[in-house]
Amino acid sequence: MAKDKLMDFDKALELYEPVLGFEVHVELNTETKMFSAAANPANSANHDAEPNTLVAPVDMGLPGALPVVNETAVRYSISLGLALGCSIAPSSRFARKNYFYPDLGKNYQISQYDEPIAFEGSVEIELSDGEIVTVPIERAHMEEDAGKLTHVGGSTGRIQGAEYSLVDYNRAGVPLVEIVTKPIFGAEHRAPEIAKAYVATIRDIVIALGISEARMERGNLRCDANVSLRPRGQEKLGTRTETKNVNSMRSVERAVRYEIQRQAAILAAGGTIIQETRHWHEDTGTTSPGRPKSDADDYRYFPEPDLLPVAPSLELIEQLRAALPEPPAARRRRLKGDWGFTDLEFQDVANGGLLAEVEATIAAGASPAAARKWWTGELTRIANSQGREPAELATPSDVAALQGLVEAGTLTDKLARQVLEGVIAGEGTPQEVVDARGLAVVSDDGALIAAIDEALAAQPDVLEKIRDGKVQAAGAVIGAVMKAMKGQADAARVRELILERAGSADA
Amino acid sequence: MTDLTKLSAAALAEKLTAGEVSSVEATRAHLDRIAAVDADVHAFLHVNGQALDVAADIDRRRAAREELGPLAGVPLAIKDVLVTTDMPSTSGSKILEGYMSPYDATVVARSRAAGLVPLGKTNMDEFAMGSSTEHSAYGPTRNPWDLSRIPGGSGGGSAAAVAAFEAPLALGSDTGGSIRQPAHVTGTVGIKPTYGGVSRYGAIALASSLDQVGPVTRTVLDAGLLHDVIGGHDPHDSTSLAHDWPSFAAAAREGATGDVLKGLKVGVIRELPDSGFQSGVSASFRAALAAMEAQGAEIVEISAPHFEYGVAAYYLILPAEASSNLAKFDSVRFGLRVDVPGGTVEDVMAATRDAGFGDEVKRRVILGTYALSAGYYDAYYGSAQKVRTLIQRDFADAFSQVDVIATPSAPTTAFKLGEKIDDPLQMYLNDVTTIPANLAGVPGISIPSGLAAEDGLPVGIQFLAPAHEDARLYRVGAALETLLVDSWGGPLLDRAPALGANGGAR
Amino acid sequence: MRHLGVLARIQLSDEEVGRLTGQLDAIVDNIAKVSEVATPEVPATSHPIPLENVFRSDVAGDQLTPAQVLQNAPDSADGRFRVTAILGEEQ
Ligand SMILES: [Mg+2]
Ligand SMILES: [Zn+2]
Repeated sequence: MAKDKLMDFDKALELYEPVLGFEVHVELNTETKMFSAAANPANSANHDAEPNTLVAPVDMGLPGALPVVNETAVRYSISLGLALGCSIAPSSRFARKNYFYPDLGKNYQISQYDEPIAFEGSVEIELSDGEIVTVPIERAHMEEDAGKLTHVGGSTGRIQGAEYSLVDYNRAGVPLVEIVTKPIFGAEHRAPEIAKAYVATIRDIVIALGISEARMERGNLRCDANVSLRPRGQEKLGTRTETKNVNSMRSVERAVRYEIQRQAAILAAGGTIIQETRHWHEDTGTTSPGRPKSDADDYRYFPEPDLLPVAPSLELIEQLRAALPEPPAARRRRLKGDWGFTDLEFQDVANGGLLAEVEATIAAGASPAAARKWWTGELTRIANSQGREPAELATPSDVAALQGLVEAGTLTDKLARQVLEGVIAGEGTPQEVVDARGLAVVSDDGALIAAIDEALAAQPDVLEKIRDGKVQAAGAVIGAVMKAMKGQADAARVRELILERAGSADA
Repeated sequence: MTDLTKLSAAALAEKLTAGEVSSVEATRAHLDRIAAVDADVHAFLHVNGQALDVAADIDRRRAAREELGPLAGVPLAIKDVLVTTDMPSTSGSKILEGYMSPYDATVVARSRAAGLVPLGKTNMDEFAMGSSTEHSAYGPTRNPWDLSRIPGGSGGGSAAAVAAFEAPLALGSDTGGSIRQPAHVTGTVGIKPTYGGVSRYGAIALASSLDQVGPVTRTVLDAGLLHDVIGGHDPHDSTSLAHDWPSFAAAAREGATGDVLKGLKVGVIRELPDSGFQSGVSASFRAALAAMEAQGAEIVEISAPHFEYGVAAYYLILPAEASSNLAKFDSVRFGLRVDVPGGTVEDVMAATRDAGFGDEVKRRVILGTYALSAGYYDAYYGSAQKVRTLIQRDFADAFSQVDVIATPSAPTTAFKLGEKIDDPLQMYLNDVTTIPANLAGVPGISIPSGLAAEDGLPVGIQFLAPAHEDARLYRVGAALETLLVDSWGGPLLDRAPALGANGGAR
Repeated sequence: MRHLGVLARIQLSDEEVGRLTGQLDAIVDNIAKVSEVATPEVPATSHPIPLENVFRSDVAGDQLTPAQVLQNAPDSADGRFRVTAILGEEQ
């Protein structure tokens, strides 16, 4: 396929106004599925189940099977709707969205169509400079996830060119809430940043509600990004593309930027944008065309006759409203105060989408400064180099445990980084990595003194220099000792011991 | 010894309880009967090879003085629309040939728990689409009264099985008359319960908002006994009613005393004039009404102005829901797969569905797809759902004036096999009397009212009651049944020609 | 008719298309009469017996064994259902 022509981003913004829209799918972490009592793989207790082991008759569309709505999923959906500032429909209902696809056991998806459970809301998102942008929400509706396809054969593992595909229905029927924004105007050059901040905010909200694991790399949170451009001064909206399943915050940002540059280049060359879905490619940082919208997209929605309307009582709605966690903006203000960070330090955490991780790391026992340092420092650096999210690499409790080992003197900063590598490589908890790799600081003074004596033997004039007040001369010996100990020594302790040696010789 | 197959389920159950007959004996008698006549009738798609083992187990439990239900040990035929773990479930379609369900339909599970002995799976129009059982992929069932005629549909197999004494009881499903119309043409009893009164879990869905499972029997009491077993709330079916149902067997016994007819207001629909029915059908209907009137019932003319739109609404709602319900038959997880060399999965699905579905199924799936497609929804499906509201209002008005509504169960007696198969519209109009109950969710019963003078074939009378008032149908049905059977000097089926080994197959 | 066949995933032959078109025309003519009485003020009924808030508590059950899941599979591999390529070659 030919490479897309891209226009310089600033130039694109000069000529065109981007209009954004997002559809975010949130997998709820209920015990069981949306319409069946099979265990829910989006609950971390079940996430590595073998294929087709979490399947009830209705999930694979067995003849005669019938759906029954999960009450907890409804409550979660209402809570999420309320957290998005939505109105909750006094009565909403399910509908069938009919289309044939092998991952869809019944060949229709049970979703909500004309009567979603939540509608008309807004969320405030905070940009890196602290500016607040309000994103208007059109609706949030309940639906079920589809199964998973694995494409086998061909060169790419992608759908194109595969010889055959394998279907696993574990994910079929996982409860989803789909959050749909209204068109977002006025994003301008911040469009990519708004995209990222919006997804980060949704993630913060569902984590605070405790209704989703929100692990984007596992597909618990998936974003479809709609982008259209219109020439400056034009009222009519341009044709939009929908980039599907962008599964990290960083990718959402990149995908929006890419689409703006791509569409601008086409429009400037007098071309037209095709209304289509597009796929995001993490490896190349590009999008490619998926399915064009066509009249084959006739989903023949109709009210789901196997299910009854959901009509939550006012009492239930108010009870769930009262139990809502604080809104993200208020939470940020509170955390900033609690943690005592400077504006810059706090934005560093917030912009990295790491508020939840830092908060959990502090809760697990680390100091705010240490938690911030790990997440925005080493973990972010490694994540960026691997094209992943920091949260995918380690858990907050791992990070807190690692910091605990540093503070106990078991690890130096340098050793701690090695231990972190082990944790990321899946070798276990920090303590397990320390034990397995034998990485702890040598705290046995005897071993250190032996190494010091050996170093001093090679540099006999050093003690003399120290005694003459040239304490910095110790550096050469420290370096030699650290080298001999393969870094597993506490340099400060080595220094102390050398100075003692100089002192005692004097005595 | 009495012919065990001629006994009603209630009578057989009494003998089983009294220890006069074993379930193995009763089951063997029915298996023998099937062996003797089913080559002609073709009521069964599958006969249960384990039936005698199940029966022996019931006998053993009875001998061990285990507490057993009133129907324990009685054989039961199961419409193939209901999924079963121990027998194939095909819904009369090639696309499900050999399909084995990993779970039992709730009604089947309840029947097993009550000690009923599954005899086999009965024939039906493919996916319950039809009024004649000619649309079965496995060949038609024949009417025991005249093997050249249809046994009704879609549950022709269940009705023919009980009419031919191959089973005392059968399970059916009724989406637009598929229990009641076969009862009408075979001289048997069939009940469509209130929508939600019996679980649909494990009934291979045709039209979810219309389908209802119910009993197919030779007497009203037998139907009540079976209804008591299969009915009641099922958490696996969201549309199942959490209603406190009375015993329907008790209602039937109460009705048999006849007192219920005194002062009973029976509505007759003005918009269904006698001219719309075969003369013998309306004559039988009028005679039955006269018999009830003689016992103190009052016949009241009521108006149901929207019933005439019922068939049209039904033939929009049913295909629409069916087109979606039948989408699961796609060759991926179960059922037929037609290989398309070099083809994509889309090609395989389309070729499989072309080969696996019969004409009537394709017709209705295409029709339903059309009725739901963009731009047509409001005119078709949406409007049909409004007609449903109007028909419900007609029923509400009627039931403010009368206790039950009576109609002939169907416009004609059994027609000849092949007579209407090429004229789907004619076939559809056959359901004019039965459809309103499905659209409105109210219960309906068909019991034999006699034979049509012109052809000597059975005719049924249908009673309809308000939702939740199924017991009223058992009372009224049993009362009229008692009157008529007395007047005939025995059950109508005694007049059916003998079949097979017991009297010369045709 | 061909478009409906695509939507319904039924590979209709030319003969079938011809026959079905005629039959469906007649049927549609007949059933279109529903719009005569379906005026705007009449509400639609999608469930014959109105109920609402029918829920299941969030407790596991009903799960099939992998053998039961695959029991009727026309083709399977690695514990999963196997189907031929989902789309043709890249266009
Ligand atoms: Mg979407
Ligand atoms: Zn969705």
